[in-house]
Amino acid sequence: MTGRWHHLAMGTLVSLLVVFAVAWLSERPAWQSLPEDVALIRLSFTQSGVRNCRARTEEELAALARNMRQKQICDRRRAPVYVELDLNGTTVLARDLPPTGLSGSGPSRIYQRFELPAGDYDIALRLRDDPAMTGFTNTAERQITLEPAENLAIDYDAEAGGFIFH
Amino acid sequence: MTGLRTALRRGFDRAERALDQLFGADWNPLAHLGTIGWFLFWTVAITGIYLFVFFDTGVTAAYSSVEWLSQDHWWHAGVARSVHRYASDLMVLVMFTHLIREFAMDRYRGTRWFSWVTGVPVIWFVYLSGITGYWLVWDKLAQYVAVTTTELLDTLGIFGEPIARNFLAPDMLSGRFFTLMVFLHIAIPLLLLLLMWIHIQRITDARTRPPRGLAIILLVALVAGALAFPAPLQGAADLATVPQRIGIDWLLLSLYPVIESVPSGVIWAGVLVFTILLVGLPWLPPKSEGGAAQVFLDFCNGCGRCVADCPYTAITLEPRSDDAPFQFEVAVNSARCVACGICMGSCPSSSPFRRSGDLITGIDLPDYPLAELRAKVIDAAEALTGGAGSGRVLTLACGHGAGQGAAPGRVELPCVAMAPPAIFDYIISRGLADGVCIAGCAERDCQNRFGVEWTRQRIARERDPYLRARVPRERLLTVWAGVTEEKRLGRDIAAFSQRLAALPAFENIRPIADEEKAAVQKTTSRSAAE
Repeated sequence: MTGRWHHLAMGTLVSLLVVFAVAWLSERPAWQSLPEDVALIRLSFTQSGVRNCRARTEEELAALARNMRQKQICDRRRAPVYVELDLNGTTVLARDLPPTGLSGSGPSRIYQRFELPAGDYDIALRLRDDPAMTGFTNTAERQITLEPAENLAIDYDAEAGGFIFH
Repeated sequence: MTGLRTALRRGFDRAERALDQLFGADWNPLAHLGTIGWFLFWTVAITGIYLFVFFDTGVTAAYSSVEWLSQDHWWHAGVARSVHRYASDLMVLVMFTHLIREFAMDRYRGTRWFSWVTGVPVIWFVYLSGITGYWLVWDKLAQYVAVTTTELLDTLGIFGEPIARNFLAPDMLSGRFFTLMVFLHIAIPLLLLLLMWIHIQRITDARTRPPRGLAIILLVALVAGALAFPAPLQGAADLATVPQRIGIDWLLLSLYPVIESVPSGVIWAGVLVFTILLVGLPWLPPKSEGGAAQVFLDFCNGCGRCVADCPYTAITLEPRSDDAPFQFEVAVNSARCVACGICMGSCPSSSPFRRSGDLITGIDLPDYPLAELRAKVIDAAEALTGGAGSGRVLTLACGHGAGQGAAPGRVELPCVAMAPPAIFDYIISRGLADGVCIAGCAERDCQNRFGVEWTRQRIARERDPYLRARVPRERLLTVWAGVTEEKRLGRDIAAFSQRLAALPAFENIRPIADEEKAAVQKTTSRSAAE
């Protein structure tokens, strides 16, 4: 076998080896993203903190055009939202979530991962969206069993009653 | 940097020599990395369009449609999917090999910065195209890629709401998200195509198709690979669980384990630094190239041969600006000229025989003019030992091939196509040597793209300016050899010398007269002074 046939045969053989190597690398070796006996809790929500508002005085209202006479005046900036997460009685998260946006007028956000060994957990969650209040706007407690590789998502929706476990 | 480049270049040369044996010089894949990249792009595009016919964008339908086409219709759609995937992977491999090779060949600096810099965004768009493709399958690998990507993107803080929330729980994922991903997976490759087109704008007759034989070989290998190792599916994505052990694509997704292992700030800084370094590489340090070619209108009739031969679109035909009775003249864009001298070799005015006045040609290199080439040839001839008929060989060597570096009887050129065919005639007919060896760079890939091809065609009298018929072909030797083939060049020259010595004496010699030699030396000393 000479000339072009030789090149065709040898070239195909070499190309095949390269493609096989590519196919192998396309799946192997496997990557262990999370240890086998570990589960994941993801706490993520978007919640707006309150604004600092006060009532306008009668003089202030009278100075405004009729269509602009809102009784309250609020700062543009929102208050941070405070959130706590306890696992088996230990606080693993206690954080003020600042408002978003250049002027701080947007909602506070969080997306936090907790990689935990599979097993039973007592979860306690507390959220406060008004720094002026004592105590919390919403709390939730739950006993859960995390299976290996389980993904527990915790969301928050004030209108739906508070913390939501997915 | 020079040491690294030299080592890489020699390494590539050795690998390419081995592949020359297996594929043939004209099908050598390392000499066609750019065209293979284009071929793989179109392979991915065509198989992608075919797969789109069967793909469904629903949350659960996405995976089931891919499963259906991979299993029930494995013999056409499944093969297309595997080819789609492996061609994408191969594109990454080809792209980085191309990048390293161009660096090794020193074809990324000086006036060739444009192709290098425009190639940098191509890298990222290849990755983006691949990553968005992996999402669409919506298996466990897709879930891993989607979550890891969105978590990384969220660290930029530019999204109103964390986009990773889309993957928080099964009921939070919308089918519209897949519609968006399909759009991205089409739009990004289209932008990639645009970038690839820009990437080749500053070269003449840019090749975007590999030789047919090589294309067939690649296609056969891809289809065989797809049949032997069908692209895997790793089970439907389930947002209620976390993928723990994943069969990852180490060519397209190799950054993902790194993303998981180091803080996001390090990733973004790394991406930024890598990109800036890569973009800035042509100026670290900049290349000192010879001056751009200059046009001498008194010797230019606007024939356009240099326009046709320039490999970098650096020369254009313009309307005549003087009173000469010609329609055109040529103009050189100095920002594109690499001073390879191919234009000088193509100019019909480049005749070393001229004895009256200074030796000036229509288009000349200011740092290596035709007059200097003639003077160097005469000097090199004087260094040859033995008398006429003893097998004296004068070598015109490419500075990028096996003949690089000084040696007795050797004249180094930026490209062998810089030598006009008339100079071969001059050397033999003036009795400067018994024969001429034209030692170009490796046949598979000329440093200046067309130097080997043009030289061959001129000698074969297929391309203007033709080698004159009176030049005995047996007194010319062409050797195409890479930087690691010095020994072969030496052997070929020695064998050529023996053949020349066995030839009957060349009868038409008209030796250089003393006054001509004096004129040459005068021109040379004037050029040196300038």
